[in-house]
Amino acid sequence: MSAAATQARLWYWQRISAMMLALFVVVHLATIVYAVRGGLSGAEILARTQDNWWVAAFYGAFVIACAVHVPIGLARIAEEWLGWSGRASNAGAVLIALALAVLGFRAVYAVVA
Amino acid sequence: MSPNLRVSVWRGTTDGGFSTYEVPRQASQTVLDVVTYIQRRLEPSLSYRFSCRVGMCGSCAMTVNGVARWTCRTHVSKVVDGDSLEIAPLSNLPVIKDLATDMGEFFDKWARAKGRFRGARTRHDAFARVEPDSPERAAANAGIECIGCAVCYASCDVVAWRPDYLGPAALNRAWTLVNDVRDTDQHDRLRAVAGDAGCHACHTQGSCSERCPKAIEPTAGISGLKRMAARRAMRGEL
Repeated sequence: MSAAATQARLWYWQRISAMMLALFVVVHLATIVYAVRGGLSGAEILARTQDNWWVAAFYGAFVIACAVHVPIGLARIAEEWLGWSGRASNAGAVLIALALAVLGFRAVYAVVA
Repeated sequence: MSPNLRVSVWRGTTDGGFSTYEVPRQASQTVLDVVTYIQRRLEPSLSYRFSCRVGMCGSCAMTVNGVARWTCRTHVSKVVDGDSLEIAPLSNLPVIKDLATDMGEFFDKWARAKGRFRGARTRHDAFARVEPDSPERAAANAGIECIGCAVCYASCDVVAWRPDYLGPAALNRAWTLVNDVRDTDQHDRLRAVAGDAGCHACHTQGSCSERCPKAIEPTAGISGLKRMAARRAMRGEL
């Protein structure tokens, strides 16, 4: 695959993940505002999230969208602002994608399992 | 209001500085009139570039009070800051001398973006019939009046960050050809304008659309190229 095709695909995935994030962030914030109205303890939150597979699916997809969206954007910033080469920025982006995915899924696992 | 303008003009190449001249105000005076007055009356060695003086040729663009403009169609009264006018060469281009920039790279990028029409018909064939109201023709018409003045190129931050970026003018030209149903070079052109140095580097800041003296919107054309290139790439056709 040509470099141009790779860039075009990355752009596509960043756009799709941005659409997902726009929806997820709104639902996430609305849920927090709704749930915390009367005050909420950690134990009460866990009581609602544990074994709730809707929460697992929603935040699992949220983590995937972040792990796709953020590294692509950071790689562009590294190239334009820090002068990184394409190879260095792509390698950095893969590492950040893996880190976000691992940390994110670990957090989802912690509140659901 | 003082009868004179205080005009600072860039002298030298990339290394240089501003020299200040007093120029009498006139009614309906353009910035190009001011530069011409300085060269003819005050500083014969001043170098600048112009040709048509009516906004067609695209050769007289300069940075006026910090903003890239076509100087032949810019009235002093619209841009003067009190009595002060600062005139510098266009940004993002090497300076040859004073206000004249080297536009070689700017036009080389048009060639790199495959900004050349290539058709399949010869003079022996009938005329191609293109529906004027078709979406493709409307999109091409929206960008076709570019005069190649490089105001957009000088105003683009992405060009400043990434010197290999093709820039708004070359991509706008490519977009008009992408929408030309007679053109046969579509695949190679889309490959040439996609990717890092091409349309996907654009941040959609819109400085090019804001500053274009012909009111063209290269940002819209670049967005069109992004969508088209991504669609083809996802189908494995790029």
